[in-house]
Amino acid sequence: MDQLLNDFSPGLFVMQAVILLILILLMKKFAWKPILSSLDEREQGIQGALEAAEKARLEMKNLQADNEKALQEARIERDTMLKEAREIRTKMIAEAEEDAKSQADKIITQAQEAIAAEKRAAVAELKSQVAELSLEIAEKVVKEELSDKKKQMQYVDKMLQDATLN
Amino acid sequence: MKITSLPIHFLAVISFLLCGSLVNAQEHSVAEANNEGPVNTQQEITDYTNHHLKDSHDFHLFSYQGSDGERHSVGFSLPIILWASNGPVAFMSSEFHHDIDGEVVVEKGGSRFVNLHDKIYELEEGADSIVMGEDQHPENAHKPFDLSITKSVFGILLVGLLLLFWFGSLGKQYKKKKIPTGFGRALEPLVIYVRDEIARPNIGEHKYKKYMSFLLTVFFFIWVSNLLGMTPFGFNITGQIAVTVCLALFTFFIVQFSGNKDYWKHIFWMPDVPVIMKIILIPIEVLGMLTKPFSLLIRLFANITAGHVVVMGLVALMITLKAQFGAVGSTGLSLVLTLFISVIEILVAFLQAFIFTMLSALFIGMAVAEHDHHHEHDTDDHEVDDVEDVRESFV
Repeated sequence: MDQLLNDFSPGLFVMQAVILLILILLMKKFAWKPILSSLDEREQGIQGALEAAEKARLEMKNLQADNEKALQEARIERDTMLKEAREIRTKMIAEAEEDAKSQADKIITQAQEAIAAEKRAAVAELKSQVAELSLEIAEKVVKEELSDKKKQMQYVDKMLQDATLN
Repeated sequence: MKITSLPIHFLAVISFLLCGSLVNAQEHSVAEANNEGPVNTQQEITDYTNHHLKDSHDFHLFSYQGSDGERHSVGFSLPIILWASNGPVAFMSSEFHHDIDGEVVVEKGGSRFVNLHDKIYELEEGADSIVMGEDQHPENAHKPFDLSITKSVFGILLVGLLLLFWFGSLGKQYKKKKIPTGFGRALEPLVIYVRDEIARPNIGEHKYKKYMSFLLTVFFFIWVSNLLGMTPFGFNITGQIAVTVCLALFTFFIVQFSGNKDYWKHIFWMPDVPVIMKIILIPIEVLGMLTKPFSLLIRLFANITAGHVVVMGLVALMITLKAQFGAVGSTGLSLVLTLFISVIEILVAFLQAFIFTMLSALFIGMAVAEHDHHHEHDTDDHEVDDVEDVRESFV
């Protein structure tokens, strides 16, 4: 202890104290302040960059989810559209068939009606022609028959016989 | 470009100093067998080691036997600045002609000085030479206030300039680029290490910034000083008790001035203990306040001194074991052991810087910490209650 106290040099102590104090102040001004502030700045920059990257990643994820959703929606929409189209097609075909059928029926009916009318007209004409022909024949027959008395009597007899039978 | 040109200037200054000193040494070489000659006996080895451990007034590198049969010592002298009884005196240490036995008397400014074991004594009026008393202290001389640029002061200045140069250029680099290059790339992680491993965990996230300048400066000062002690220049800065006392006092005052209300309360009126205990604890806490920096200064001083003693002792093995192992064997043994212990010393150089800074940060952290035992207690109780509630509700 005595040795230690003897070795203690007050001059060296003062020199060390003064130099250390000056050194701390100089180092603070020229070294530690710029170094530490730059380190802080850099670390904050890195922190910010990391956060931004994380944010971008999340946004990307959201975007992807959105895309997925949109795709899903589009798919559903496509399916519905296809389904609708199919329905419309079936419906259209059915309607067309219906139309065609009714049209055909109508045409057939008209044709039948026309045929019937023609037939009636033809029958009527035939009737009148037959009547005319019958009258002519009858006229000619009468003219022939009446020219012979015996034959007239015979015919009247026959007629009378028929009428009685009826 | 400016950064790269600076070391050249620096080296030029150093080499200029060394060249000047070599010429200087040639002029003032003396032949004094007792402290310049070969070291052979056990006593001489012990004296040599003790001489090395102490501060010195000139910068001695080595000495050699000249062709003229005289011993020439190579090194350079350092200025001696004294506050003597007749006012300030300054002269170069070369005026003592390497004498440390108090034989050469230098007369300056009306006072006469001698150099006794690297301490400057001022002789009393009328005394011509130093007279030793029975208690191994000079009877007719006293120590003036010695503000000399001793070897240690020179070393301190050198370390300071190195730190300023290294970290100053690192600080300058950030103006131009985000990431430093060259030597700065090696220094930057060290600064981050001190900040993240020493200051932040011990002082706390919100308060550490104020103490960074002190902690960083002290850390690198001690580390570089310790490493400089490993070089053959023979510096022993952190092995000077005055230096470690100064460093520890800085920590002590910083701790006391940054102590908050809680810190003082825990020293003078410890909460949550009975009144009698409070009174008993006051002297213990006050003692603890003083022993903390004391342990700091003793730890650093003792570690570095022990390291130097061990290295010198192992180097001395090549003389002390010469009789048993022969010249080659003892030199080889000494070389291997010294190499081994030097590697450990390099580790210790860092370790001591780390421990000093770490404990300083810890003491500062204790002084600025916000104590909130009561809060903790409350939250603990609540947690217990909650657990009980949950258990009850389950049952």
